[in-house]
Amino acid sequence: MTASERDAPDYNYDIARYFTLATCFWGVVGMLVGLLIALQMAFPVLNIEPYLTFGRLRPLHTSAVIFAFGGNALFATSYYVVQRTCHVRLWGDKLSSFTFWGYQAFIVMAGLGYVFGVTQAKEYAEPEWYADLWLTIVWVAYLVVFMMTIVKRKEPHLYVANWFFLAFIITVAVLHIGNNLHIPVDFLSAKSYSVPAGVQSAMIQWWYGHNAVGFFLTAGFLGMMYYFVPKRAERPVYSYRLSIVHFWSLIFIYIWAGPHHLHYTALPDWAQTLGMTFSIMLWMPSWGGMINGMMTLSGAWHKLRKDPVLQFMIVSLAFYGMSTFEGPLMSIRAVNALSHYTDWTIGHVHSGALGWVGFITFGCLYYLVPKLWNREEVYSLKLVSLHLWIATLGIVLYITAMWVSGIMQGLMWRSYNELGFLTYSFVETVAAMHPYYIIRALGGLLYLSGSLIMCYNFYRTIKGDVAVGEFDKDGNPRLPVTAQ
Amino acid sequence: MSDDRKKDIDDLSGVETTGHEWDGLKELNNPLPRWWVWVFIACCVWSFWYFVAYPAWPVPGGATKGTLGYTQYKELKASQDEILLRQQAYIENFEKSSFDEILKDPALYAFANAGGAAAFKENCAQCHGSGAEGGKAYPNLNDDDWLWGGRVDDIYTTLQHGIRVQNDYDTRQSQMPAFGKDGLLKRKEIEQVVDYVLNLPQDGGAADTEVNTGAGYTIFQENCASCHGADGKGMRDFGAPNLTDKIWLYGGTRAEVFETVYNARAGVMPAWKARLDDNTLRQLAIYVHQLGGGEANEVTPEPVIAPTETDADSNTAPDTPTETPEEIGHEQ
Repeated sequence: MTASERDAPDYNYDIARYFTLATCFWGVVGMLVGLLIALQMAFPVLNIEPYLTFGRLRPLHTSAVIFAFGGNALFATSYYVVQRTCHVRLWGDKLSSFTFWGYQAFIVMAGLGYVFGVTQAKEYAEPEWYADLWLTIVWVAYLVVFMMTIVKRKEPHLYVANWFFLAFIITVAVLHIGNNLHIPVDFLSAKSYSVPAGVQSAMIQWWYGHNAVGFFLTAGFLGMMYYFVPKRAERPVYSYRLSIVHFWSLIFIYIWAGPHHLHYTALPDWAQTLGMTFSIMLWMPSWGGMINGMMTLSGAWHKLRKDPVLQFMIVSLAFYGMSTFEGPLMSIRAVNALSHYTDWTIGHVHSGALGWVGFITFGCLYYLVPKLWNREEVYSLKLVSLHLWIATLGIVLYITAMWVSGIMQGLMWRSYNELGFLTYSFVETVAAMHPYYIIRALGGLLYLSGSLIMCYNFYRTIKGDVAVGEFDKDGNPRLPVTAQ
Repeated sequence: MSDDRKKDIDDLSGVETTGHEWDGLKELNNPLPRWWVWVFIACCVWSFWYFVAYPAWPVPGGATKGTLGYTQYKELKASQDEILLRQQAYIENFEKSSFDEILKDPALYAFANAGGAAAFKENCAQCHGSGAEGGKAYPNLNDDDWLWGGRVDDIYTTLQHGIRVQNDYDTRQSQMPAFGKDGLLKRKEIEQVVDYVLNLPQDGGAADTEVNTGAGYTIFQENCASCHGADGKGMRDFGAPNLTDKIWLYGGTRAEVFETVYNARAGVMPAWKARLDDNTLRQLAIYVHQLGGGEANEVTPEPVIAPTETDADSNTAPDTPTETPEEIGHEQ
């Protein structure tokens, strides 16, 4: 490390700083909207027509947390990691700056569209054609900046994190274009129609939708994990061979798994079978990343005791492992018959999104922010610890509430009495879920509170403060500082 | 990696690294965990078995069928059959029995009510409420106030053909004139007749003779009595509600009744014949009939509910025991 620090190139940290701040901002916005729509589910009176109804705010929430929070985090970390591990300044200052402003413009364009009722009505691909075209331009610029940095690299080999980042960038481009083959009604209209129709359109939508999870939320964040976990633990990655095998098996198998979103629909049986079996085969390739992350700590587990940043990363890997086991399980046709269309799916998504994506991002940011602003450590590791526990409690409340309500909902839907008649009507299942919706909203509130604590912590870190009574990650006391 | 290079060994684990370093990061060259490899292989083996057993791969002209002959349609059929099997003990008897026979057979009656309850929650509760309590513009089905008749047969007909359904010639049809909007009565006259209606003796109380002299009385007799009856107790032939029973489908305040007379009301109910099968309709008819206010069919001596009979009085015509049970007579 010291050797490489000495002759370090003039890294472009500005761009990573911008994306880091945008990550925090959009994270709070997205989680706030999530809390609002969770409350709308429990208390429908909170729907304010027409702009702030559940139907319009739901895509605002999903896009804000996935593409705005997650996307900005991926930009920030990939730009940081690629230059550090290629030992070269990020290529194209102006073009990378364009990716920042262009991406924020896309977010605003998409979000405003939702609120005003402009949508393609494709899950996770709601933005209409004009925003899609703009995003395509921005994304190609991202790919160029990233690729050119790799081309100009000073290291002979390519670090594993960059494989994952590159797979994420390229595949998301392909997915985005593939699922947004739309023809506008006319060039002055926001409305467009999908080129493929019917079951083909559905199949392409879920090929896209599932791989948005696979390549945006999994491959991209595994890229983050592969840099920041060994960095924070100050240990080598556990197994190079495992990283190779699980990388190629993950990207080969993931791309097939989409049809499991369409079990028992007009999608032909054979396509359902392929979606399901490839999801099962995907289990171990997914777990490869968890093993490699966790086992990186082997021989150094004691570091976990005192370092809440490392705890964030390891807890995120635990949630990653749990949700990548739950996913294949739910893709099995017989299990899906119960789980599909219920809150179980929502719980599953959130154990992945809050537990894995959120926590690995928080962990990485807690490492990254002091580095970017040239501080030794964040303002307060105690606040990091508080964030960790509040957010973990939030997730536990969220996912257990959704497991209970989802399985209950599925069982109520399929319940027949001894005379062969449906036992419950739909509205009775809605009424039964009410208490769980309140618990879920409470979980969301805790998670949001944790993020606000993080933002405060970063504000003080950037100011240059150190809290009173602080210890560093090895347990040594730090001197309090208050910059003025 | 290759043996000709100097080996780089990690001190802590004693494991060889790959010999590369990026920004201070190295990779150990640990082998793949055995259990990971075996579970991966097991998942693949299971999947390949599944490819053989189930429809899996697209081929020219379709897809491989699988050795088990599975299709999701067969699976659907099997689970539907399992449910229908439970109904089989009753359904044949149910289909060939008249309403009267069903009402007298406890097993069939329970079966019909179970089916009706399930269908009601899915199809009727949206308007009539999950407890059939109704609401503004949607009649309460628990009371004994029936616009179009409360015998099982009447309810069955209403269910089949609905109320004011276009293109259904057997639908329950009537149209109260919009007395104000269409200029049939002046605003002042409507106010007078509304006052008259609101002062009608309620719950079968004695007619107040003084009421029967004012302008409202005259307007009522000339414009309303042909459907609602001279005494305001309604007529089922026209679905004309009884105005003396304190039950107001569209609200009983002065403003609401004024609105009703001025603009008229014409609520609709779908013709369920097109949407539900006949067994379900018959089950629904029986279910709704037993909710509280069902009227007796034909000669059954005791009406299903009686309490209000006691205070029914004087100006009620005696029931005709066979034909129409106490409809115009009593308040209902």
